[in-house]
Amino acid sequence: MAAEKMRKREVSAIKDGTVIDHIDGKATFKVAALLKADSREHTVLVGANLSSRKIGRKGIIKIENTELTPDEVNRIALAAPDATLSIIKDYAVVMKRRIELPDVIEGIVKCFNPSCVSNHEKIQTRFIVVGRDPIRLRCYHCDRYETGDEIIL
Amino acid sequence: MSLSGRDIISVRDFSRSEIETVMEAAGRMLADAPHDLLSGRLMASLFFEPSTRTRLSFETAMHRLGGRVVSVSGSEGTSLLKGESLSDTISVVAGYCDCIVLRHPVEGASRLAADLVGIPIINAGDGAHEHPTQTFLDLFTIFNACRTLDGLQIGFLGDLKYGRTVHSLAHAMMSFKSRLRFVAPPSLQLPDDLAGELQEGGVEFDRTTSVEEVLPELDILYCTRIQKERFGDEAEYTRMKGIYHIDAKLLQRTRVKPSLRIMHPLPRVDELNPDVDQTEHALYIQQAHNGVPTRMALLGLVLGGI
Ligand SMILES: [Zn+2]
Repeated sequence: MAAEKMRKREVSAIKDGTVIDHIDGKATFKVAALLKADSREHTVLVGANLSSRKIGRKGIIKIENTELTPDEVNRIALAAPDATLSIIKDYAVVMKRRIELPDVIEGIVKCFNPSCVSNHEKIQTRFIVVGRDPIRLRCYHCDRYETGDEIIL
Repeated sequence: MSLSGRDIISVRDFSRSEIETVMEAAGRMLADAPHDLLSGRLMASLFFEPSTRTRLSFETAMHRLGGRVVSVSGSEGTSLLKGESLSDTISVVAGYCDCIVLRHPVEGASRLAADLVGIPIINAGDGAHEHPTQTFLDLFTIFNACRTLDGLQIGFLGDLKYGRTVHSLAHAMMSFKSRLRFVAPPSLQLPDDLAGELQEGGVEFDRTTSVEEVLPELDILYCTRIQKERFGDEAEYTRMKGIYHIDAKLLQRTRVKPSLRIMHPLPRVDELNPDVDQTEHALYIQQAHNGVPTRMALLGLVLGGI
């Protein structure tokens, strides 16, 4: 419990906003980039390489005065499937949940098949989630599979 | 079971009973086709890349059922490919006709087209992805020869790694209870992705290099040609292309079942000797002929005639 409090202080608390915690240690800056952390309207705090009893090394990202869009949440889910999402109001956690991938992902992932119609026409990509650990996606248009690191965001 | 209004994009989209509906309809078309079933209906065949056999087969099927055809093919099709977006072409043409048969080099083109318009889209090949009417005609050829798609031993021979026909047919056989035997050199064997899917689907199958070993047990042998363009190295291709050679002598020596039937999507190279043509085992000419009744059945079903 004491250790938990210590760690919290490693990244300052925010009054209102969103906290993404338990980001896989290697994915912290990937998530920060997906959230365009350096060009948002509000302050973003990024803590990297924090020790975690559950996952070894983890990252945490706090965004002030912001609730993420479903699209942003899906991006995080692809890069850091074990992350948690908390909504903070007046320094208190009012909602906390694990980030979950939807069954179908639209418009976020790029198909790596150069012959896929989604790379030739101006359309939204669509992927069916066929596996979650590791993440495995099937392109709705060309049926190619993308797994883990192959997934291009 | 009605398939009226359905798109035909991939055999994956069809259940066992829907596949059986197509088989029965194709059987009726082969026996006695209703010549005015689709009179007054119009099919557009849009071939953005040439495939003369497939186009002829579709257009023959439509004409035989009393329907009419408008078509784009050859250089007109290839220039259309460069000219405007596929989405625009499809949206416009859908206003002219009752169904569209689409051949396009880009994978997923038919899926996109089907999502755009209300009339049935029939995929006549989208790049290396799917060619479902070929798969239906292969299924029908087996069904028509064996009177069933269950309880058979079906051998696949040749290029099983890149061969789209083999992948689609093997995938379609997941709906049925037959044993699949994949015969190829290790470098051309069935991809692990597909093998995994077959396994998950509870399909009984094995992968081997020896055709002699499986031949005596087979009801169907599906041969494919090993394509030169798959090899960067000429010497490797030369070594591979002659690796399997089915001829009358081999069939005799391995004591195949009298009822064994051999299929091949044609054209053939070295893998299938013309001396097999004279045996009762040859099914590939019939297979080629089955393209028309199978496509008649599909057109009849999706355009609501039957
Ligand atoms: Zn794709």
